[in-house]
Amino acid sequence: MTTLAKHSRSATPASPSSKPRGGFRQSGDLRIALFFIAPALIGFVFFYLVPTVRGIYLSFTEYNILGDPEWVGMENYQAIAKDPLFWNSLAVTGQYVFLNIVLQTALALGLALLMHQVAKSTIIRGALLLPYLMSNVIAALLWFWMLDYQIGVVNQFIDWAGLPRVAFFGSEEWAIPTQALINTWRHMGYTALLIFAGLQAIPGHVYEVAKLDGASAWQTFRKITTPLLRPVLVLVLVVTVIGSFQVFDTVAVTTGGGPVNATRVIQYYIYQRAFTESDFGYGSAIAVILFLILALVAFIQMKFLKGNESDLD
Amino acid sequence: MTTTTNRARLAKPAACRRPFNARRAGAWALLVLAIAVSVLPFLWVLRTAFSTNNALASNATSLLPADFTFGAFLRVFGLQTPAEAVAEGGSGAAIDFWLYLRNSIIFSSITTAGAVFFSAMAAYAFARLRWKGRNAVFSLFLGTMLVPPIFTALPNFLLIKNLDLLNTMLGMVLPYVFMTPFAIFFLRQFFLNMSREVEEAAMLDGAKHLRIFFQIVLPNAAAPIATLALLTFIGQWNEYFWPLLVGSQDDVRVLQVGLGVFKSQSPQGAPDWSGLMAATLISALPVLVLFAAFGKKIVNSIGFSGIK
Repeated sequence: MTTLAKHSRSATPASPSSKPRGGFRQSGDLRIALFFIAPALIGFVFFYLVPTVRGIYLSFTEYNILGDPEWVGMENYQAIAKDPLFWNSLAVTGQYVFLNIVLQTALALGLALLMHQVAKSTIIRGALLLPYLMSNVIAALLWFWMLDYQIGVVNQFIDWAGLPRVAFFGSEEWAIPTQALINTWRHMGYTALLIFAGLQAIPGHVYEVAKLDGASAWQTFRKITTPLLRPVLVLVLVVTVIGSFQVFDTVAVTTGGGPVNATRVIQYYIYQRAFTESDFGYGSAIAVILFLILALVAFIQMKFLKGNESDLD
Repeated sequence: MTTTTNRARLAKPAACRRPFNARRAGAWALLVLAIAVSVLPFLWVLRTAFSTNNALASNATSLLPADFTFGAFLRVFGLQTPAEAVAEGGSGAAIDFWLYLRNSIIFSSITTAGAVFFSAMAAYAFARLRWKGRNAVFSLFLGTMLVPPIFTALPNFLLIKNLDLLNTMLGMVLPYVFMTPFAIFFLRQFFLNMSREVEEAAMLDGAKHLRIFFQIVLPNAAAPIATLALLTFIGQWNEYFWPLLVGSQDDVRVLQVGLGVFKSQSPQGAPDWSGLMAATLISALPVLVLFAAFGKKIVNSIGFSGIK
């Protein structure tokens, strides 16, 4: 905030000789500013602002694309409260989010610490980042093949190890963990790089002092690394949670919500209600609920984990 | 700062830690394992794409192609007759990844060019111009980052439908082409830190804002703009949900959507694995090429783009 204020002050243009200094040329700047933000403003208004308002409005209507939306008040929300498929989608998504938090954060933190200790080369970081640059669809199909029940290479190894083959996508208990594993594979390196950047930002002399005082590796990690890394960890957590709540692509390409309802995650359910069953009002209402959940999650994480305060300040 | 130093001092002195080699070796081993998990699946895709479906079942674990063939690529590019395709384990349904490749390139290029350029213009107004309500409008723009894409996707779909633009390239690019909140945020940071002097000199010269923007600001920010364009292009290339909603017909279908369709076409029981992996490879290739050429730029941008 301070930087911003400083900049806007220094951003006062040196007035050209023709204009008096006190005028700030504010009105002139407003007109030219409007010209510069006009295209972005069009995009903002038509594809972000209006749709947000319209989405909320639609959630109070019954609308099947043909004809006009019909106002029904809270009916959609009342129906959702009694909809077992909605609660199932919430539970399934919650399970997916939880697995992602645990797997992704733990693995990424470990990886970041390893990189910080033994190797900082760009090539290693690049190799770890590679899965993140692939689309969800590619990640899903690649693992759909590798985890295939019949001839997937992973099941071949499981077979060799003398264990029973696993129906990663076909069994109800494995379907969501499998989706979470795919997502973890895709995001692990990226998250590790974020944490790694945070580790690099901790000044070296802090560690030197700890070393001089004879702190053990674990003590250094607990008492220095963790608190100083907190803002980055909170950011990673927010990004992971908000991203995982919106899982769709991998599910849509591999299991399509099944087996039974095992992977019918929230966004997939919205998609089905709105586009397969042409029930836009109902779909919009679930989308509003998802929006509220995400806002709440972000708020809680920022508020109670004090994500924007670092002990370094 | 003082707090941390004090805290470190408070830590109980423990037995002096000597970094012994076994530990480093262990760390390296874990790192190599993580790299293997990240990279080996791509080799597996490559190997499968050059295999024959019939040979895959009996030769499921070798890193080399099973019964080497280009058949899968021919099939994916629609160069095999349905009979040939079925004989090699394909579904025989018409599929043309040339078309999807072209559509993906058009879709990603237009949205990237538009979003980066228009966002740069907006970022200039937010960073270098003084006007009433600037910070409020900027906060509004930033706020849109919090709205989940699925939420705006439904009304946006209705808008595109009402405009009669479903299954057109225009309908697909419209929501992205004007700006992305992240691009504005990203570029504004760089514009804020740009030195004022050059601009002021130009002002005295009587240069107008448009000239300053094109001749001073844009060239000076070439590096971050290139990074942003790279990240935006990869993001657009990987986009699935919106193109799935709006571009379901062949002539506008992009690769990611085509992949999904191809997968669902695969005959039940014995999927066309080599065809699917060939298609996957084709879809991944442009990003892999970009990564090979600009990997360092991408890797170094991660600390920053994490705010996204």
